[in-house]
Amino acid sequence: MKQLIGFWKGVFLTEDIKAVKENALNIRRKVVEMSYKTGASHVGSSLSCADILAALYFSVLRIDPKKPSDEKRDRFILSKGHAVPALYTALALRGFFPEKQLEGFHCDEGTLWCHPTRGCVAGIEATTGSLGHGLSIGIGMALAGKLDKKEYMVFVLLSDGECDEGSTWEAGLEASHLKLDNLTAIIDYNKLQAFGRTNEVVNLEPLSDKWKSFGFSVREVDGHNLEQLMKALKSVPFEKNKPSMIIANTIKGKGVSYMENKLKWHYKSPNDEEFKKAMQELK
Amino acid sequence: MRKQFADTLLCEMKKNTSILLLTGDLGFSVFEEFMHEFPNRFFNMGVAEANMVGVAAGLALSGKKPFVYSIAPFVTMRCYEQVRNDVCYQNADVKIVGAGGGFSYGVNGPTHHAISDIAIMRALPNIVVVCPGDPVEASLATIAAVKNKGPVYLRLGRNEEPVVHLKEPLFELGKAIELRKGNDASLISTGNMLNNCITAAEKLSGKGIECRVVSMHTVKPLDKSTVLKAAKETKAVFSVEEHSLVGGLGSAVSEVLAESGSPILFKRIALPDKFACKTGSQKYLQKINLLSAESIAETVLKTVETGH
Repeated sequence: MKQLIGFWKGVFLTEDIKAVKENALNIRRKVVEMSYKTGASHVGSSLSCADILAALYFSVLRIDPKKPSDEKRDRFILSKGHAVPALYTALALRGFFPEKQLEGFHCDEGTLWCHPTRGCVAGIEATTGSLGHGLSIGIGMALAGKLDKKEYMVFVLLSDGECDEGSTWEAGLEASHLKLDNLTAIIDYNKLQAFGRTNEVVNLEPLSDKWKSFGFSVREVDGHNLEQLMKALKSVPFEKNKPSMIIANTIKGKGVSYMENKLKWHYKSPNDEEFKKAMQELK
Repeated sequence: MRKQFADTLLCEMKKNTSILLLTGDLGFSVFEEFMHEFPNRFFNMGVAEANMVGVAAGLALSGKKPFVYSIAPFVTMRCYEQVRNDVCYQNADVKIVGAGGGFSYGVNGPTHHAISDIAIMRALPNIVVVCPGDPVEASLATIAAVKNKGPVYLRLGRNEEPVVHLKEPLFELGKAIELRKGNDASLISTGNMLNNCITAAEKLSGKGIECRVVSMHTVKPLDKSTVLKAAKETKAVFSVEEHSLVGGLGSAVSEVLAESGSPILFKRIALPDKFACKTGSQKYLQKINLLSAESIAETVLKTVETGH
């Protein structure tokens, strides 16, 4: 996919892992701050996918913040819509809108809901929030791309919990049936869903084999290792005529020691002391 | 209301071994006790509502009394055909519990708002649609749902809604509760609008307008006689709900009034037919959609004064 990056000459995309890392850190800091200031839930889910979003927005997606509706742009859908603080921040840092607009999050008379709404700011491609919708919408976008002979790629980020939804697997069947090799799904596999551990709620394993059997070309990566993430994201499609699946093994709450792998941070927001501690750790 | 529902159901489960609780991966800080107390009767079915409702139907057809629980739009719309075919058509003894009626999920946005659920649920045969007006009614409705032998949709608030009933009322599914007497106008409320209606009625009393306030906790089957009585005995009737103008309590009440030939002055106080656009808390969203007690009082006053 490297040659395709040249297609977006003049648009900032970096191979520099350090730069992407810094953006991931900035996403984490902002996400914790947004939760602290507003009392918003889902800080753990947002931290879990901060590295994935940083890799996508700063190194992979061929997008131009000045032309957010460019027909040739790559599309990204946050199917796990509850992690939207991380997406809002990535978009702001990428220049889609001024950072100040993040103040419209989670408040009366605001503009940014706790789940993405298409059109609320530039760069949000699809409205999500109820789980199990994003992959189907992604199929539609990828199919349109094939029909119109466009070269854009479609990326969809799913949570592990939403692999419980039947619609996710309906989409899985269809994506491979249609041979959509311009579609990449990523699962933020932090193994902790809303009310328990995934292997205790509804066991997803063997997850890789399941997606393989559904016709996806699957790779597993460490979802906090930017080198692995960027390499995988840049080598899609893994196989011609097959949709790609990246299973990103992650940690819910990653980056803030007391939040890591703790269910309560699906809901809680940090208090003064917790916020200070988080900011000290996120340096 | 959610807490009162959980507390009551826990008590009922101790008495009635056929009751099961199925959740769509929700209930953190609410259902932990069920997990410990009834490890074989509490099931986290994952984020898979369609499957959960189908499973509940199978359980009910095998002699169980399952309660299925999720956020209101997810447990009604996501699995609507399972509710229709598996539950209602087979008249299965399944209780569908939707947390977060109306704007309870506030800032979470329109994907989480339940403002069309009453409309779609009351369109189905066999189901009872209950929207408790306060925590007391939520508890009584849970007991009534257990006693009922068929499909019930229980639409709960999610937050700490104020207690309106100072003493326990007689509660029967399909039978409205009159909380306040008055003959100038009637406020027929469903769900969490009850407290706002009472406050509005008190404000109007200061202006010489005495409002009857009725909690129409059951939207289906609708208590027609209470509606017709209000139309006969008071000068104007208002339906009040945190739900779309389309298909909810207002529609149900207007159907009864229109077919009765009553000339009564009638108005629906409800949400406009659109998705919320400005973000905000439940209270804020109520306010900008003219559902606060102040706005309800103003609407009633203006309507009564102008006659339209």
